[in-house]
Amino acid sequence: MAERLRVATCSLAGCFGCHMSLLDLDERLLGLLEVVEFDASPLNDLKRIRRPADLGLVEGGVCNAENVRVLREFRSHCRVLVAVGECAITGGIPSMRNGFTLKQCLEEAFIRGQGTENAHIPDDPEIPLLLNKVRPLHHIVKVDHYLPGCPPAPDAFWHFLTALVAGQDPSLPKELIRFD
Amino acid sequence: MTPAANLALESARRPETLKRVAIEPVTRVEGHGKVTLLLDAENRVQQARLHIVEFRGFEKFIQGRPYWEVPVLVQRLCGICPVSHHLAATKALDRVVGAPKLTPTAEKLRRLLHYGQTLQSHALHFFHLASPDLLFGWDAEPGRRNVVGVIEAHPEIALKGVRLRRFGQEVIRVLSGKRVHGVFAVPGGVQKHLARTDRDLLLKDIGQALLWCREAVGIARRLYLEDREENERFGAFHSNFVGLTAPDGCFELYEGGLRARDAKGGTIFDQVDPSHYLRHLHEEVKSWSYMKFPFIVALGNDEGWYRVGPLARVNNADRMPTPLAEEARADFRKLSEGPVQATMAYHWARMIEMLCAAELIRQLLEDPDLLEGDLLRGGERVPEGVGVIEAPRGTLIHHYRVDENDAIEKANLIVSTTHNNTAMNTAVREVAARYLSGHELTEGLLNRIEVAIRAYDPCLSCATHALGRMPLEVDLVDADGNRVSRIRRDGDGSIG
Ligand code: SF4
Repeated sequence: MAERLRVATCSLAGCFGCHMSLLDLDERLLGLLEVVEFDASPLNDLKRIRRPADLGLVEGGVCNAENVRVLREFRSHCRVLVAVGECAITGGIPSMRNGFTLKQCLEEAFIRGQGTENAHIPDDPEIPLLLNKVRPLHHIVKVDHYLPGCPPAPDAFWHFLTALVAGQDPSLPKELIRFD
Repeated sequence: MTPAANLALESARRPETLKRVAIEPVTRVEGHGKVTLLLDAENRVQQARLHIVEFRGFEKFIQGRPYWEVPVLVQRLCGICPVSHHLAATKALDRVVGAPKLTPTAEKLRRLLHYGQTLQSHALHFFHLASPDLLFGWDAEPGRRNVVGVIEAHPEIALKGVRLRRFGQEVIRVLSGKRVHGVFAVPGGVQKHLARTDRDLLLKDIGQALLWCREAVGIARRLYLEDREENERFGAFHSNFVGLTAPDGCFELYEGGLRARDAKGGTIFDQVDPSHYLRHLHEEVKSWSYMKFPFIVALGNDEGWYRVGPLARVNNADRMPTPLAEEARADFRKLSEGPVQATMAYHWARMIEMLCAAELIRQLLEDPDLLEGDLLRGGERVPEGVGVIEAPRGTLIHHYRVDENDAIEKANLIVSTTHNNTAMNTAVREVAARYLSGHELTEGLLNRIEVAIRAYDPCLSCATHALGRMPLEVDLVDADGNRVSRIRRDGDGSIG
């Protein structure tokens, strides 16, 4: 069998819907597995990509220090990096918190929450530092391609991946460029 | 292990003297999660915690938005069961717009959407995620323990999983326009009828789906009973159970009253109006997790924690609403005189629910009300509303207050996985104490912690198994923070 395209994926500050949309390829997934090899799961830390991947698919924006670290490592291990979905491209709905201070958001959840006891803001060193603003990927690293949608349709993944495998330009045709 | 001994492992007395072991990432539970263990010089576990390390701030940033945006915004909390958030939010806003009771057509259409989601989410969890552990065993060669391995070893099982999930997703698509984050419900009703062509499309496949769901119950049952002793002991503890039931005690996923039962099956409260949830359920904050720890107010935070989701619902229900699921429930409940307590029994209960969802979908597809009838209702506006639904992973609570300009003023959410926070931590402590304590760490031992967490179906664990095995790295660090040893399991399952 010819060398398969090595694809790594990860989820940062996203809802996992982009990964679900990839799974929504249904039986086409089986065909995909013949030409694509998934190297790292969405839960991977970048250190765990053992050799550079051909392609990195990143879902979600960047909301904490851990996301920054993971994204940078992902970038350095993937030849081509793709921002998948609205969150990765613009920060998406999680970036709506940018209209408030971080303190306001934390206080609402942990101090002012209804029925909340022992009210205080979690601060254990095991919890990663939150950024003041949620950011899109391209604020942190170079991004090679953007797959729009919330989430991108399964057909968009299909078109993009099969074109890359065939060595063609993976740009989406107009009918697959959707933003909802 | 006694409950007191288990609880003692939540916080070690002198953490600074202990070795820290981090399993990161373990799995994602509505976000990123990790487990930390503190070990003494003999590798005995002194502390074990599941931390949820992601924070969104939704309750704040929703403030000031027009209320009708909410059902669209909130589903982006979770792409695995967005329909649950969509519906729970809309149910809360039904009350705000003065339509707590929908037209029969609207309620049935929402139920169809909800059952489609229950089916797809349960299929995903069982086949794509959990089945590798269950089919190959916890100590199997890790490179095989993923859905690709299942496709290779048991293609007939794996493909049924893929197709069942597709069927559930198609139910969602025909109603809401797309499979993930479509829009269907609006405060006071729904947007459209089920089209005849779409009904026919689904009717063509429902018989087959139902058959596969029956088989799935059989598979889950067989896998549990084959190793019954171990499955009963693994991550085992007793707890209270909370969930919605119909007024007559029947199993219910969309609308009902809250029922809480204790570990012996005794009633703590029953048929509580979900709008009064705050009288009965509070949440405790702990400094080491962004996920709060809910408990039943009357019992207090030490005794009052509980479990939700498939096991809780099947335990709490007096009967199922459909014949095949009821048969399966009666058989399941023979496992124990009181409520079934085993963590691993979640999988079996989940498949019974999936079968029930398929039966309910078939009933609805044959109901002419879905094709015509009034879609929307309105009434007198009130400022506040609570919406509660049984999402695939358990009870989901959305609560909003709306000001006179139609803007959201206050929001409170308790998502399904949060209710299971204490339960998952208890399971982690139990497994850590029973299997890891005093031993050299091995991949198989570490996998047991994941298996316990995974039984609760934490949202983001999906891709762990779906897209290849999750790599895991565990550092053993001495009290000064120097790395003593490292175990690494790579994406292909090899250990180095
Ligand atoms: S783009 Fe949409 S589907 Fe993808 S992670 Fe963000 S909210 Fe979820």
